[in-house]
Amino acid sequence: MKLAFKLAFKNLIGAGLRTWLNVIVLSFSFVIIIAAKGILVGWDRQAKNDMADWEIGGGQYWHRNYDPYDAFSLSDAHAPVPPEFKEEIANGNMVPVLITQGTIYPGGRMQPVLIKGIHPKQNLLKLPTQNLDTTVGAIPAIIGANMARANKLQTGDYLTIRWRDANGTFDAAEICITQIFTTNVPTVDLAQVWIPIENLQSMAMLPNEATVFTFRDGNLIRRGDTGEWKLMTFETLVSEVEEMIKTKSAGQAIFYSILLILALLAIFDTQVLSIFRRQKEIGTYVALGYTRGQVVGLFTIEGAMNAILAAVVGAIYGIPFLMWFAKKGISLGVSSAEYGFAIAETMYPVYSGSLIVGTTILVLMATTIVSYWPSRKIAKMNPTEALRGKIQ
Amino acid sequence: MKRIVYSLLAIISFLDLNAQNADEILKKVDQNMSSENRVFESTMTINGKRGSRTITSKSYSIGDKKAFTEYLSPAREQGTKMLKLENQLWIYSPSTDRTIQISGHMLRQSVMGSDLSYEDMMDDRKLTDLYSATVNGSENIDGRNTWVLELNAKVTDVAYAKRKIWIDNERYVPLREELFAKSGQLLKQSAMGNIIKIDGRWFPTSIVYKDMLKQGDGTEFKITSIKFNQVIPEYIFTKAALKK
Repeated sequence: MKLAFKLAFKNLIGAGLRTWLNVIVLSFSFVIIIAAKGILVGWDRQAKNDMADWEIGGGQYWHRNYDPYDAFSLSDAHAPVPPEFKEEIANGNMVPVLITQGTIYPGGRMQPVLIKGIHPKQNLLKLPTQNLDTTVGAIPAIIGANMARANKLQTGDYLTIRWRDANGTFDAAEICITQIFTTNVPTVDLAQVWIPIENLQSMAMLPNEATVFTFRDGNLIRRGDTGEWKLMTFETLVSEVEEMIKTKSAGQAIFYSILLILALLAIFDTQVLSIFRRQKEIGTYVALGYTRGQVVGLFTIEGAMNAILAAVVGAIYGIPFLMWFAKKGISLGVSSAEYGFAIAETMYPVYSGSLIVGTTILVLMATTIVSYWPSRKIAKMNPTEALRGKIQ
Repeated sequence: MKRIVYSLLAIISFLDLNAQNADEILKKVDQNMSSENRVFESTMTINGKRGSRTITSKSYSIGDKKAFTEYLSPAREQGTKMLKLENQLWIYSPSTDRTIQISGHMLRQSVMGSDLSYEDMMDDRKLTDLYSATVNGSENIDGRNTWVLELNAKVTDVAYAKRKIWIDNERYVPLREELFAKSGQLLKQSAMGNIIKIDGRWFPTSIVYKDMLKQGDGTEFKITSIKFNQVIPEYIFTKAALKK
C-alpha cells in the first residue's frame, strides 16, 4: 500500500504541468466551497445571535391567539400576566411585551404600525428601552433606523399616533421619538413603535396584560405550555432562519458544483489518457505479479492524490485568503429591511472544523470516484496484449 | 336658601329639557338617515397626494346587518363586489375570480385608499342607540340654522367616543360632523350637502369625508340615486351573488 502511494506520487509529479493544472483547478474548488459555505455558517450564527439579543432571548411564550403574520390576530392575542411568570419578571429574567395595531401620521402621511409596549428598565434585550424612561411632554417612543428612514423621522420628532382600545374606540396622542436604534433584526424595527408597556396597557385598556413574554435562558422551557401561553423554544423561533439558509445553501451549491465538476472532468480525462498511454506499464505491473485489482487501485490512488495535492496547494494560498476574508467580511449590499429577516450589512464567514473536514472528504471522495471510473477498464485488459502495447 | 333650591331646580329642569330635546332631535335625524333597507348608486372621489380617482358603485343594504356593493367603474375595479353579513366581510375580485373572507377587524381598514373605513361605510346603527346627546348651542351654516349637538358614547363598542353634529333645525339632517378620539383629538370631519327630499324624508346626497390627521383633500361621496324600503331579493345577500 505504501509502495502504491509512493508510486502514485512519483507518477503524478512526473506528469508535470498536467498534474499541476488539475491540482490548481481542484484547489480553487476547495477554497471557494469553504469560503461560500463559511458565509452561510457565519450568517446563520450572526442571525441567531442577533435574534437572541434583540428579540427572542432564550425563547418566548406567545398568547395562543398570537400570529406574527396576522396583524388582525392582535386584538384577541392578549391576557393578564400569569402569576407563575411574575417572579421571573421581577428578577429580570422575563420581559412582557404587549402588541397592538396603530397608525402614525409622519408629515401627514398615514402609516400603519405595530405599537409594542415594553418595560423601560428591562435589560434582557438590546433594545435601548432606558430611553423610554424619560419625560418629554408626550409618550416617549423608540424606533429602529429602518423605520426612521422609511418615515423620515429623527430623534426629538413629535408625531400623532392613533389606536383603538380594547372596545374598538379610537384614541390618539402625541409620541416623541427619544431614540433611534440600529439593528439587523427587522422584526423589531420595520413598521414598529416601542413605548413603555404601562402607557400601552392604559391606552389600550388592557391593564397588566401582555401578548408575548421573552425569557433569558432555557430554564423556563421545562414548564412547557401554560394556560393561555404557548411555549416557543429558541429552536422553533430560529427554524425559519435555518430553513432559509438551507434554501440558500442549495442554490449556492449549484455554483460551486459547476467548478468542482470542471475540475473532476479534467481528472477524469487525465485518467482516461493515462490508461490509454500507459498500457505497457499496466502489462508490466501484471507481469511482475500485481493483481488486476492492485493495478486499478494504483491508478485510482494516483487520481485521488490530485485531491490531496489540491488540499495542500489550496491551504498554501487559501488559509491566508480565508483568514483575511473572515476578518474583512463581505458586504452584500442589502439591508435587513429589504430581506425581511436578520441579516447584517457585512457578513463575516465562519469556518468550522466540520466544514473544512467535510469539504475535504467531499472533494476526496468525488476525485476517488472519477479516478476509479476509467480505471475499471484495466480489469478487462489482456496482460500480454498490454505488455506488447497493443491498443485494447 | 329657597332661592338656591329654586335655582337648582331650574337648572335641573333645563338640563332635563335639554337632554330630551337633544334625544328628540337625534330621533328625528335617525328617522331621516336610517331605514329598513335602501338601494343606492354612488360615486366616491378619493383625493390623494398623487391625484384623484373616482369609483362608482351600486349598494343594497338591510338595516346594519346586511350590505352588498358592486363596483361599476373604473375598469380596474369593475365587477369587484363586497358582501357584509353581521360583522363579516367577503370581497370578490373578478381578476382572480376568488372570494376572500375577511375577519371583522378588516372592517376597520380604509376602503380602496379613501378616508372611509368599511366600518364607517357600513355601520348604520342608530345614533340614539349609541350616544347620549346634549344641545350645545346653535350656529348658522351656509344660511341654514343648526343645533350643535354633542354626542357622548353610552355604549362601549363604538369607534368614536365623542361626536359633534350640526343638525339643520328644519330638515333634521346633519350638515357637518366631527368625530373625536377618547383623548378629545379631532380625527375625522364630514360635511354634508345637496340635501333632497326622498319619500318624505330629507337626505344628504353629498358627503365630504376628511381624515384630519392625514394630508389630502378628503374623499367625496355622492349618491346619484337612492331608494328606500325597496323589495330586495334575499339572494343578493348570499355568497353566490358575489360571483354572478
